[in-house]
Amino acid sequence: MRPNDRKYTETHEWVKIDGDTMLIGITDFAVNELSNGNADDLVYCDLPEAGRMVEAGETFGEIESVKAVSDLNSPVAGEVIETNTAIEDHLEVLSKDPWNAGWMIRIKPNSKNLDHLMSAEQYEKHISQPH
Amino acid sequence: MKQTPLYGIHTQLGAKMVEFGGWHMPVQYGPILDEVKTVRSKAGLFDLSHMGRVRITGKDAVRFVDSIATNHVAKIPLGSIRYSLFCRADGNPIDDLLVYRGPDEVYLVVNASNTAVDLAWMREHSRGFDVHIDDQTDAFAMIALQGQVAESVLQPLWEGIELAKLGYYKFGFGTFLGMPNIRVSRTGYTGEQGFEIYIPADSAARCWSAVMEAGKGAGVLPIGLGAHDTLRLEAGMPLYGHEIDATHNPVEAGLNFGVSFAPEKGEWIGKSALQAVAAAPRRHLVGIQTPGPRVPRQGYKLFQGEREIGYVVSGSVSPTLDTNIGTAYTELACGKPGEACEIDLKGKRQPARFCALPFFSRTRK
Repeated sequence: MRPNDRKYTETHEWVKIDGDTMLIGITDFAVNELSNGNADDLVYCDLPEAGRMVEAGETFGEIESVKAVSDLNSPVAGEVIETNTAIEDHLEVLSKDPWNAGWMIRIKPNSKNLDHLMSAEQYEKHISQPH
Repeated sequence: MKQTPLYGIHTQLGAKMVEFGGWHMPVQYGPILDEVKTVRSKAGLFDLSHMGRVRITGKDAVRFVDSIATNHVAKIPLGSIRYSLFCRADGNPIDDLLVYRGPDEVYLVVNASNTAVDLAWMREHSRGFDVHIDDQTDAFAMIALQGQVAESVLQPLWEGIELAKLGYYKFGFGTFLGMPNIRVSRTGYTGEQGFEIYIPADSAARCWSAVMEAGKGAGVLPIGLGAHDTLRLEAGMPLYGHEIDATHNPVEAGLNFGVSFAPEKGEWIGKSALQAVAAAPRRHLVGIQTPGPRVPRQGYKLFQGEREIGYVVSGSVSPTLDTNIGTAYTELACGKPGEACEIDLKGKRQPARFCALPFFSRTRK
């Protein structure tokens, strides 16, 4: 079971409330799809500058593996106030700890409502379906 | 979606399976870049059973293939193989292929994704020729062992053929693991010395296991299509859907060695269109290298300053060159080896440099 303290998108991002802000990252499933379990297969992660405004569902960055590039989509609308630049040079963090050390951006959300997103249980069902 | 006779082996090995050209194929068994290094340093075993295999017989076989293929089939020595393409009247290819010329056959190996189109094209244009077109794709499997140890690993499994005497782009027949009359060619899509072997579908699993067993001490490993794509790109070999497709012709792709305008070949589909391209090309295929961090990908635009000068058609991390590489079409005035350009990544620019093709090859240079 994935962590229950956060919500999930169909495109495999997670969002977690942290005080007045929210942390956003991608799931272990997304990392594994990109890297097939080989941390070295991840080659690049492009994160936005602080101050960038994003809409819910808007692409805020890209993550690239040896064979593919994937968009990173924001689960919520708001202002990017911090990015985890440490992962740009240490992509292996995403394989080791996508839930904590692997957070990507911190957002000051327009709304605290996350009802449009999936619970951990719903996300488990989502990824167990053929895709 | 179709499965090759080796599907069970791939899943047993834990391969990541993907759809490719209508087939379930292994994209990787382990890290892709490690698989590339294995082929460059030792050898790798590939399942290529998804490729289309078509045997053409009948008294007009050579004349028929000469009427639809770009290369001069009548000039291929018996026992030799040539790269060729099938083009439409507009000179753009519907596929590229290898043509094996035997004493009583012309044997074609085509891309999986285009096999159905190729067969329909051949049947449509075979009217008036005394030929029999036999699709052997499902009856046979195809495996390739590519890399420096391929010959020494394989030879003990053969009787009646000396692989060392089989030259590059030559084929022969021998007894393989006790099965007589098995086709083998010194060909490949990796830039390494290696062989492609055509075996009855129901013997594929046994043959695969025997080659793996024979190669165990030499470090032979199974290799997926992900590494295959990087190996072919490093070797400067075209892939249909990238360097060539319905809007990219073989002349501008630099594949003139696969195109014959010889008068003795007579007329063939696409000839006059390609002669016009050869007389006045508008673009050319070149290599690019970029230290990174981003990998060139199909569709990325290339700039020099504010001027858009071309676009990427293939790209990969290259573990052999330890940099990121790609192929691109540019205006003829650009693309000289060493010349600088920039890759556009959604508005961000990354420096790159043009370079000669192939990036790496042990079979040509």
